Amino acid sequence: MLKGKKVIALGERDGIQAGAIAACARAAGAEIVLEKTYCFV
Amino acid sequence: MKVLRQPVIRGARFFLAHAPGLVCHGSKPSRDIVCEAGVESAIRGALRPWEPARDYAPNQVLIGARHPDALWDLPRPWSESSPPGDRRGPHGEIAPEEELYGLLKIGDRFDLVQLEAGFAEAAREALARHPLVVKRDLEALGPGVPEARIEERLAGPAPAAPLQLRSGRRIGCIAAGHETDLTLAPDVLLENLAAKMTAAMALRALLAGEAIDPGSVDYVIGSGEEAVGDRYQRGGGNLAKAVAEEAGCLGATGVDVKGFCCGPLHALAIAGSLVAAGVFARIAVIGGCALAKLGMKYQGHLRHGQPVLEDMLVGVALLVEGDDGRSPRLRLDAIGRHRVSAGSSQKAIFESLVRDPLRALGWGFRDVDKYATELHNPELTEPSGSGDVPQLNYRMIGGLAALAREIVPADIPAFTRTHGLPGFSPTQGHIASAIPFLGHALDGLRDGRYRRTLFLAKGSLFLGRMTQLADGISVVVERND
Repeated sequence: MLKGKKVIALGERDGIQAGAIAACARAAGAEIVLEKTYCFV
Repeated sequence: MKVLRQPVIRGARFFLAHAPGLVCHGSKPSRDIVCEAGVESAIRGALRPWEPARDYAPNQVLIGARHPDALWDLPRPWSESSPPGDRRGPHGEIAPEEELYGLLKIGDRFDLVQLEAGFAEAAREALARHPLVVKRDLEALGPGVPEARIEERLAGPAPAAPLQLRSGRRIGCIAAGHETDLTLAPDVLLENLAAKMTAAMALRALLAGEAIDPGSVDYVIGSGEEAVGDRYQRGGGNLAKAVAEEAGCLGATGVDVKGFCCGPLHALAIAGSLVAAGVFARIAVIGGCALAKLGMKYQGHLRHGQPVLEDMLVGVALLVEGDDGRSPRLRLDAIGRHRVSAGSSQKAIFESLVRDPLRALGWGFRDVDKYATELHNPELTEPSGSGDVPQLNYRMIGGLAALAREIVPADIPAFTRTHGLPGFSPTQGHIASAIPFLGHALDGLRDGRYRRTLFLAKGSLFLGRMTQLADGISVVVERND
């Protein structure tokens, strides 16, 4: 589904972090163009 | 591990200051005000008066007037359902903004803060009635200055920032410490001075409440996140020693421990270790407020027609000393740590901070009566889409208990209710990470309601752009049998 797509992975400290999102998207064939984890508190 | 002297936590106190007039100095509001017309007036129109901020049930929980569990059944929004409350409770107090500004001047050793004479007089009258404010403080407050002097200071040449009440009335200003040094800019010094005085007042309250001679404190460990220093040593630190000075701990020295939101728990572990080793006998762990976080989620509050609820500054002080046979014990043999190699997934973090120390002690998940984790008040975070942070964390602990087959998945909600807590802390960075429960935990561990409590905190190291890692630490505090 993500093959050939560009993905911006925005993670959250208390939820799913960007690295995990990026790893999943990359495994699905996406190109990660930005990967950042934020703290919302 | 052989512990030479068992450390205990003797007390915890919080100092809350209602600071609606400083909300526009918060990082998010101040940046948005510069970029967008109308933001400042929208924020100012939604600031809470003193009474609702004092009565607000989560604040009453933080000062110990109510137990956190009382919030489970209090209808939301708490900003509308909170019954009247006192400004003082067994774990601390809430001060109005007039007193806060007076305290900023009292703690100002470099003539940075100028208060208008009429306001200074009103602040003096209010603070003269405060049981923790002494004659020396009132002398430091001074008579104030004419309005024209404040105009002059704001006109330069050194930068200065106005200080206003919730009403919009300008009552003074704070000047830069240097004409061009951004680390000594007015807003930076305002943050640091507020951190210093909120921590100092918490420490004064702690020592007075425990009837302890301030001179008997050996060491003060600062655990806040503010960077104190100048251009050549940004973040040089030791706000701890400045706080010790303000609290009359003349026999103490101090140091700051930095760890984002984990700071206070790292500091507790270090304090316990220093007591156990006999290096110091009585250590205060302090943390000042996080002024930058005022109004951080104002957009969500305005969008939902709520008041701007992030209007509270909080300082904390904890006391660690050798075993007195009564105070709850700090277990040094079960410090949960998030190793560099652990990975940053939530599961990895919680395994490091909860599962591993429990296993080391031979305990199951249900052997801990209460877990204290990030305790941010959901009423502050949900309107902006950040969710209920404490419950996210408790579900993860419940999930690990289910993975360990100690409970069945269907019991996770009941587990989180029994062993967890509702969020009640202002979004004050390190302050919100577990330690808001410490006063209640000490009460419960003393009176028999609890036997074991576990405190865990997470730190967002990646925000500083030096590593992608997060951090975490946990400590067990148990009844002194």
